[in-house]
Amino acid sequence: MVDLSRSQITQGASRLGRILIYAILGLACLYYLVPLFIMISTSLKTLDDIRSGNLLSLPSEVTFDPWVEAWSSACIGVRCEGMKVYFWNSFRFVVPAVLISTFIGAFNGYVLTMWRFRGSDMLFSALMIGCFIPFQVVLLPMATVLGALGIFNSIAGLIFVHVVYGVAFTTLFFRNYYISIPDELVKAAKIDGAGFLRIFWRIILPLSTPIIVVSVIWQFTQIWNDFLFGVVFSTGDRQPATVALNNLVNTSTGVIGYNVDMAAAIIAALPTLFVYIVAGKYFVRGLTAGSVKG
Amino acid sequence: MGALSIRNVYKSFGTTEVFKGINIEVEEGEFLILVGPSGCGKSTLLNMIAGLDSITSGEVYIGGRMVNDLSPKDRDIAMVFQSYALYPNMTVRQNISFGLEMRKVPKAERARIVAQVAQVLQMEQLLDRKPSQLSGGQRQRVAMGRAIARDPTLFLFDEPLSNLDAKLRVEMRTEIKLLHKRVGKTIVYVTHDQIEAMTLGDKIAVMKAGEVMQFGTPQQIYDNPANLFVAGFMGSPAMNFIPCQVVPLNDTVGVKMETGGQVHIFPVDTANEAMSGYLGKEVIVGIRPEKITHEVDFLSGAPNFHVAESVIEIAEPTGADTLLRVKINGSNVVCRVHPDHARTRGERMAFMFEMSKTVYFDPATEMRIG
Repeated sequence: MVDLSRSQITQGASRLGRILIYAILGLACLYYLVPLFIMISTSLKTLDDIRSGNLLSLPSEVTFDPWVEAWSSACIGVRCEGMKVYFWNSFRFVVPAVLISTFIGAFNGYVLTMWRFRGSDMLFSALMIGCFIPFQVVLLPMATVLGALGIFNSIAGLIFVHVVYGVAFTTLFFRNYYISIPDELVKAAKIDGAGFLRIFWRIILPLSTPIIVVSVIWQFTQIWNDFLFGVVFSTGDRQPATVALNNLVNTSTGVIGYNVDMAAAIIAALPTLFVYIVAGKYFVRGLTAGSVKG
Repeated sequence: MGALSIRNVYKSFGTTEVFKGINIEVEEGEFLILVGPSGCGKSTLLNMIAGLDSITSGEVYIGGRMVNDLSPKDRDIAMVFQSYALYPNMTVRQNISFGLEMRKVPKAERARIVAQVAQVLQMEQLLDRKPSQLSGGQRQRVAMGRAIARDPTLFLFDEPLSNLDAKLRVEMRTEIKLLHKRVGKTIVYVTHDQIEAMTLGDKIAVMKAGEVMQFGTPQQIYDNPANLFVAGFMGSPAMNFIPCQVVPLNDTVGVKMETGGQVHIFPVDTANEAMSGYLGKEVIVGIRPEKITHEVDFLSGAPNFHVAESVIEIAEPTGADTLLRVKINGSNVVCRVHPDHARTRGERMAFMFEMSKTVYFDPATEMRIG
């Protein structure tokens, strides 16, 4: 009897605990989702609707005009061509920068784990410092370098900056992933007659899918969301979407077009959202892969 | 010149000498075992033969060719690893033909070799699977197939069976032995398992701390161990070591053993002349468990057979034999007795010692006497 009542008590307590946990989780969910809801609903409202209704209300009539305007005709500075130019600008440097930095990271990781040399651990530590250098510190020297290379205010310049800044992170990812690959694999390939590059292409790179996904997601969000490098190292119609969004919101002609601002903000965020949804499950898997040895 | 010749090889990391002059000669078609406890340098030596590790001085010859400065791929070797080291992204077929492809063997020829190897190892049905879809034993077989496909002068095996469970290990051991008979190539095989060493090897090099303690046939090493380490390492259960005093016996010498409350003096084989030099001193008597057994009537009184009574401290039945532990001169001694004749713990029983295979060691140098 005593046991029974005790188990009933613990059962009741655990049910109460469970309700509490779900309540807290629900609140946390709400906290993150409400802003997104407001953004989406506002972007679908007319200006009159925004003025008359409150922030949380649904649009009384759904309109896609703010989206069209944000994409193709909103004024950013003196040009009234919308986000589209800048959106493609971003793609033009983000994609090459992500691919190049990921590839270099993979190569660095391969050398640092499979072909160790005197001082390779020190080199790795030195590279790691790159992860901790704040963006602001490198602005001036980087501007000088870009100027000297003749790629200031160009897509190539932005690619260069982001590759240099990203290599520290991608190297870390790949190095930590490759450290769990048994080096007997490389020994076997050496005896089989494969050389340095062949082992990389034929054996190591094909094993790297999870960590490539991690690197691509990380680099894509970092570079796409970057504002500082974009605003400093590019001007006018060469600027990335993040900078254009800022300028769009700041460019006012009397009436503030909240609906257009919201649509533009969502447009600027869509690619990173897309990458997360498509490849998100690999992200956690790949991030934890290196930590479990075996 | 033989298939493999290691001459005066030294290796040092900085100022630490890891190998202090290794010398090993292997004839064409022989099966050489490098055996020793972990950390003795056997795997490093194998990597040095393969060219995966550098040597500081000395020479390595494979098939009469000095290979010191050749890269692994040019040494005409194939290697089987402990972790199998199969390429996870390739099918079994691709794994086997990768080495051939690297050597620019034409495609049709590669397909023919793969088919042949698969037939020899009976794994035709596995060819299109990935390594992750194979069991441990199958992976091991693929790893061997990959080595055979290359048809090298020399095979190197680095503890290939230590990742398998006990039963499979025995099966694969037999399979490797059969394979060696069939292929007839020279093999260098690293293991820490002395049973593997005894069953597989034509020659065994017992290693300890970067030195070859003894190099010889399995029987030589088992019967005439060069020193205490080799004697204790090879054989299971291990050889008994009994500290004994050398005393005069008739016109020769004997060793004094105290057990079961009595003192016995067992004569030393007269062929061992060096023992007379130890008269009055203490030596370590090495006698294998199977040489101490129950009293067999028709052997009583025969030369080299001596009987002593003792008290059983522990009895361990293994099925085939029962291992009985007794005390002689204060040390534990294991006797291997037929289960039908074994008594139980605490009882007295007569044991028969076969002294002809007994070995003696100098307690100071740990080297064998005679």
